[in-house]
Formats: sequence, structure tokens, C-alpha cells
Amino acid sequence: MLSVSLDKRRDGFRLRVAFEAPTPGIVALFGRSGCGKSTTVDLIAGLLEPDGGHVRLDGTTLVDTAAGVSVSAEHRRIGYVFQDARLFPHRSVTGNLRYGLKRAKGVPQRIGFDDVVSLLGLGSLLARRPHQLSGGERQRVALGRALLSQPQLLLLDEPLASLDTARREEVLPYLEALRDRLSIPMIFVSHQFDEVLRLATHVVLLDNGQVAAQGSPGEISLVPALRAIVGPEAVGAVVDGVITALDPENRLAELRLAGGTLRISARDVFDPRRAHHGVGSVVRVQLLARDVILATELPHGLSVRNALEGTVVDVTDDDDEVLVRVDIGGASILSRVTKAAVEALRLQRGVRVWALIKAVSLRGHTFRRPEATPPAS
Amino acid sequence: MLAAWVLTRVRFPGRTLLDAFVHLPLVLPPVAVGYVLLLLFGMNGPFGRWLYQTFGVELAFTKSGAALATAVMTFPLMVRAIRISLEGVDRGLEAAARTLGAGALDRFATITLPLMMPGVLAGVITAFAAGLGEFGAVITFVSNIPGETRTLPLALYTAIQSPNGDAIALRLAVLSFVLGLTGLVLSEVFARALRRRLGR
Repeated sequence: MLSVSLDKRRDGFRLRVAFEAPTPGIVALFGRSGCGKSTTVDLIAGLLEPDGGHVRLDGTTLVDTAAGVSVSAEHRRIGYVFQDARLFPHRSVTGNLRYGLKRAKGVPQRIGFDDVVSLLGLGSLLARRPHQLSGGERQRVALGRALLSQPQLLLLDEPLASLDTARREEVLPYLEALRDRLSIPMIFVSHQFDEVLRLATHVVLLDNGQVAAQGSPGEISLVPALRAIVGPEAVGAVVDGVITALDPENRLAELRLAGGTLRISARDVFDPRRAHHGVGSVVRVQLLARDVILATELPHGLSVRNALEGTVVDVTDDDDEVLVRVDIGGASILSRVTKAAVEALRLQRGVRVWALIKAVSLRGHTFRRPEATPPAS
Repeated sequence: MLAAWVLTRVRFPGRTLLDAFVHLPLVLPPVAVGYVLLLLFGMNGPFGRWLYQTFGVELAFTKSGAALATAVMTFPLMVRAIRISLEGVDRGLEAAARTLGAGALDRFATITLPLMMPGVLAGVITAFAAGLGEFGAVITFVSNIPGETRTLPLALYTAIQSPNGDAIALRLAVLSFVLGLTGLVLSEVFARALRRRLGR
């Protein structure tokens, strides 16, 4: 269990953050720039001292102002991957990787040099100097360096923010691999909801120095405060499902959700680079509210592959449109419809509806270990 | 290096005063610096007597005294150069080293110092060059004793003052030219190699 409760005033800004999350797992600190995400991780790492509060990890107190305890940053054994990598320019990649390893003597070694090199694909980079690396390679080396310091917690402060989309794809799969293969708890800072979706097991939504909401990605995806951060277009329920069948001919995958079966276009599932996708893996998909159509009776003759039966539980005005929340056997999904549609279909609490979702509008992100994120069932 | 560190990284009352004090030799007439040294480190000065009685060290009118005078005069140049290089070191890298388990001394030795090296080297060369030419403070503090405290510029001055010294003066001038040039070229070579190692 990771328990964080921190209070810090800095340059007229007040940060008050408290959250608890199970370990291991990835906690995503999510919010707009300037909401206090980086300050929070600096406080956890010990690079800043809190005015009040505590950080406890699996029974170890790292800082507790009430008890007068504060383990210095160099003794906290917290790996920190900075947004700008911060590789030592006067050392080779090997020299950077070994820096933390050398200083972690006497600590039980959970991961060795060779493991990190192969896990992060660093073999061909070892003799290079930091200025000879691309942005994505730099972040991978920084990740390896932090891992080799044998941390009990890994902090990732927007490690992908300085990278373009292609470079991000160079790093994201490695982060997924870390999450699925190592049992090191991580805190991941991001202002990109798709990254959070892909990686997190627990999300803490920060707004102006305060926790606006926290919970599983599925729960957070339904929180109204999220809309202001991600924008109306990116609003949509996040659901976890287990792959129950693959249809290679039609390139479709079938997911079992709490309230039904969802067919998703399996571009990712059949991607040879992601060979670990298969029957039994847990897949997380976001059903964007603008892609979900509602019908009051089951329609015929449509190209739509998914029709999930459910009940309307909430109807909320959202600017000129309406956000309808539908319960499908325990899981919630959101649909954005017009006011005219609400009137025509008499959508209100308790109405039985079918949610229609195009299979091609869904992309899944898998989790290798089902126990890491059990499907909502 | 300690002075540069204190002036750059430590915030304390009187920092500006210490800063000014360190830079004094730069703005004072060298003869005044030599005179102050003579008052302090001469056989009747407070430090001079103590050094002689405790360690048997004599500074006024000796080789060591010449070195001291030169060191005092070039000190601000060194401090300035080291300070600028220290300010150029990304403190984020030190924070990174901290999270990797490096304590304060360890961080200084493995991160800060190597990254400062080009600046430190430049400071050393500048100070060396300035030291070669130091005249006023040296002649005031340790005089101009042949075989003991006659530095290159003092010898050059003496040669010019003597009726038949032209040839010697020319030789010494050429020597100082060669020394200076060699020093500058060497420093440039070192600095370039260091910068390449740092990837700049």
C-alpha cells in the first residue's frame, strides 16, 4: 500500500494532495500543467520537504512531519525518471546505467544490469554518450538507470512529454512491459489521458493543487471533472474486458465485459509487435461518448457490431448536448447525444436502451497479467 | 574552489561583503596588496611571526612569499572562472544523482566537479598567465633578490634598467612569449578534449 498525504505552499501556490493506492501497480497523477503534479513527485522523492503530511510505502515511513521523520532523498531508494531524462553528459550509457547500481550495494538486487539492457533494448547503445542518443533512447536509458538503483518505488514525471508521437511509441511499450513483468510500484505523471489509460491501475485526478477525484481508470473516466481537462471530445467510459475469442479472418476480437460481449477491431491484437495479446488477456478500451449511439429498441440491418443492452442511470446537460450514462450489467458507459434525441427517445432515468458501438472505433490496450487489473465483473 | 562554492551555492548574510573582499586584489593597486601582505606576513606582522615561530616558515623576501603574492593576486580570477563554471552545472543532474543514492560529497566528486572541469581549467590558465606577469605585489612583498625572488617580469625589468641588458631583456621577452603561447595552446587543447567528452 502506498499512502501519500502532503501539504506544501510554494510561491503562492498551495498543494494539498492525499491518496492511497495498492502496490504494486501504476498510479497515474493526471491533470493540467501547473496543477501540482511535479511538485507532488518531488515531495515523494524527497527533493522537496513538505510543510505537513506523510509518505508511507508498504509499512516504511519515508517522511512524516508529525513524527519528525524524513529520510533523505539519497536514502529513499526511489527511482526518478525526469521529463528531460537528465543523463550525465560526461558518462557513457553504461556509466549512466551503473551509477545507481553501484550505489545500491547492500540492497537486495531485484533486477540486474543484463536484465535491464534486454528489457529496455539498450544493447546497441551501451558505448554511446547521451548526446548521441535520440529523445526516446534517452528516456529508455534514464528508465534503466532508475531501475538499476533497485528502487522500491519508481517515479515517472511525464517521461513522454518531450517526445513526438513516433518517439512515444518507442518508449510506451517498454513501460507496459515494466508494469507487467516487474513488481515495482510506480507513480506516473501525465497530462495525456491516453497514456494514463494505457498504463495506470489507479488514477489520481489533480486540479489546482487538490485531488479532484481518484479511483480506477474506469471510475475516473465517468467523473464530470475530467471533461474540463481532456476536452469534450475525449470523454468516454473506460472498461476492462477479457478476450474470449479471436476471429483472425474478420480481424475481430471478442471481449467479455461485465454486462455483455464487445467486439473490437483487432488491429492491435494481431499486431506482431504485440504478440502477447491473446485469449485470456485483459484488454482496456475506451468507449468515446461521441461514438456511442443509443436506441430504445434493438435495431436490425446495421453495420454496427456491438449492441449492449442497459438502463439509463443519468442524463446530464453538457453544453448544448447531453451526456447519458447507461448501466450495462454493472459497468457504466457514456453516450453523447443531442437534446432533440433525448426528447424524441424520451431518454430519462430507468429507460431501457441499447448502446450501439462501432467495432472499428475501439482500440484496446492489453494488460498481460489479468490479476493486475481484474475486469469489472 | 571552496570560495567559489560558498559564493555560488550558500546564501548567508554578508555574502556580498565576502564577494567584494575576494575580488579586492583585482581593483587594488598591486603595490598596495604587496604592502598589506608585508604588514601581515612580514617578520613583525601577526601572521608572519606566528608562522615563523610555529613552523619556521619565512615568507617575506623568500620564494614562498613570491608564490603567496602571486596566489593572492590571481585568486579572484580563479574564483570568478570556477564560479561561472559552477553556475553552468545543471542542478537537475545533481538532483538526479541524489535520487540514485549519491550523497553530497559523492555528487560533487562524480557529477559537479567533472562538469565544471572546462571552466576550472580555463581559470587555472588565466591565473597562470596573470601570475607570470605579476609585478607590483611581488616586488613590494619579497623584493627583487637574484636567485631567490627575481621572477620573469622582475628580471626583465632589471635587465632593461641595466646599461648592457638589451640582449638579456630580449631573451627574457622571447621566453615569456613562448611560455605564454604554450600555456594558451595547451589549455585550448585540453578544453576542447574535455568539451568533446561532455558532448558539447
